[in-house]
Amino acid sequence: MKEMKELMYREALNHALLEEMRSDDTVFIMGEGIAERGGSFKVTVDLLNEFGAERVIDTPISEASFTGAGVGAAIAGMKPVVEILFSDFTMLIMDQLVNQAAKFNFMTGGAGNVPMVLRTQGGVGNGLAAQHSQSLEAIFYHIPGLKLVMPSTPKDAKGLLKAAIRDKHPVIFLEHKLLYMNKGLVPDGDYTIELGKADVKKEGSDVTIIAWSNMVPRSLAAAEKLEKEGISVEVVDPRTLVPLDKETILESVRKTEHVIIVQEAIRRGGIGSDIASIIQEEVFDYLNAPIKIVAGLNTPVPFNLNLEKIVVPQEEDIISAVQDLVGVYQE
Amino acid sequence: MELKYSKEFVTNVYKTLLTIRVFETECIKLYRQGFIRGYFHPYLGEEAIAVGVCAALTDKDYITSTHRGHGHCIANGANLDKMIAELLGKKDGYCKGLGGSMHIADTTKGNLGANGIVGAGIPIGIGAALATKIRKDDAVAVTFSSDGAANNGVFSEGLNLAAAWDLPFIMVLENNQYAVSTPIKESTREVELVKRGESLGVKSFRIDGNNVFEVYETTKEAIRICKEEKGPVLIEAITFRHGGHHVNDPGLYLPKEELDYYMSKDPVKFARKYLIDDLGLNESEVEEIDSGVNKQIEDSIEFAKENGEMSSQEFLKFIENY
Repeated sequence: MKEMKELMYREALNHALLEEMRSDDTVFIMGEGIAERGGSFKVTVDLLNEFGAERVIDTPISEASFTGAGVGAAIAGMKPVVEILFSDFTMLIMDQLVNQAAKFNFMTGGAGNVPMVLRTQGGVGNGLAAQHSQSLEAIFYHIPGLKLVMPSTPKDAKGLLKAAIRDKHPVIFLEHKLLYMNKGLVPDGDYTIELGKADVKKEGSDVTIIAWSNMVPRSLAAAEKLEKEGISVEVVDPRTLVPLDKETILESVRKTEHVIIVQEAIRRGGIGSDIASIIQEEVFDYLNAPIKIVAGLNTPVPFNLNLEKIVVPQEEDIISAVQDLVGVYQE
Repeated sequence: MELKYSKEFVTNVYKTLLTIRVFETECIKLYRQGFIRGYFHPYLGEEAIAVGVCAALTDKDYITSTHRGHGHCIANGANLDKMIAELLGKKDGYCKGLGGSMHIADTTKGNLGANGIVGAGIPIGIGAALATKIRKDDAVAVTFSSDGAANNGVFSEGLNLAAAWDLPFIMVLENNQYAVSTPIKESTREVELVKRGESLGVKSFRIDGNNVFEVYETTKEAIRICKEEKGPVLIEAITFRHGGHHVNDPGLYLPKEELDYYMSKDPVKFARKYLIDDLGLNESEVEEIDSGVNKQIEDSIEFAKENGEMSSQEFLKFIENY
């Protein structure tokens, strides 16, 4: 058993980068203000001191070009970790991600690889408004050739980032701005978490909640309160949306026969809808009730804090969704 | 008069120029006969740029190419069997038939790929230059690009980035003066694109892109600057297409007098004449080279035609993890 240490999510990410850069000379990182400043969310602090400006690179505000430089360096044998400050800014790099990184291995018949990690963060913060608050995972989910990782805990963050860096394909590593200060126990030293393995964050028998990223702690908080009402909730965190661990999800559904999918992203065209379609296709006979999706409203995120709250699922939205589902359909 | 280039060097240069010429000409025939489908952007008329640049590169260097990329691949030493097989969508093609004309890459030879998106090779080439700098490879990365790409954001962004980081990066702008059908003077006010490099503090050259020796010498100087001073370097090579944007575009918008002028400066004829007039080869010696090239392309076409295709089962296996 490894020693466990309490770390913040951002510290766990920092340790992952530090360890991978120590063990592999081809790993380097670049992004806006990541070197001396250590990044806006302090994920890359102190890395400059150890690895120098050649491997910890501050970039101009030229997202398309430095992301493309990551793609080129990856094809040429390096393992770049490119940071895009806000996931909203990934809209500037879509050609390099979608037409280049995602397709290079395919277009070369498997001969070439792009072992690049694109780290970015999304979700609502506290009044960051419409261009700094989006949950854009469905856009990446839609593109074959990209893997998509969305960790919810410090332990997952470290193990998944290390696995992502070692993966030979491009990985979108989508963090959440409200998770950076969250604490949790993290094993000391080297470990990885395989991409494509979901984690049952809480076991339960009456309802399955499927949630990822910041919706995981929110669902767990809801589950704790529901427990007191006598409703046993299982919380399944896919951790990686691509590849998606269907089996763990389906197994939970077979057990509880009730499903709620909670996503911060807007409802329309969301990943929740796709997961719901997979569930009904594969285990329809087990379902005791229609699948419920608790999702963001189909709107840009407003600045006003009270309005910001109503556009993404809150703990009470999750609680009432569970109560509705169980109350209406369970004897 | 002392000759600047050896017979062997010029013979190789001529052979490569001619290989591209014959490759494109014969593959266009295959296209017309229905053996090649999709898009096909011929490099006819621009051969001197790829050949002159690649003659100055070593195995350690990188290139990125464009949608008009066959010439760059050949000049970089690509295998012709695999190239033509790819154009025919066959399983032993460079991309197993999954890529086609616009996506041929050979990472084992430092060719990071043609590209279907105009300008997209620029950041990728910069990334290869960054990789060589981090590893201290003593190599350069060359991106072939164009006057059309110069009006895309990644051109200015990328060249600025390469300059800010002093990268061993050489941007070769193949200025064929047309972006598909739009003449350069309609898409930018300042048509001397070399000035854009200068404005970013980048050493920049404007040269005759139909003169393979001028391209070669400028590339050698660019490599020297990258290694002894600091990169990047911009080379604007002026040239002209011998036809339309792709095989199904007759290029009627190309003014006849301009086309005639550039036809008279044909890079393949230029090198052939150099072999005969300056190096003293006789007509039959050159014809021997010609027939060697023709035979090689014929053999590769034969190989490609006989090669099989990836089956749907093999394809479904290939995409299992997508």
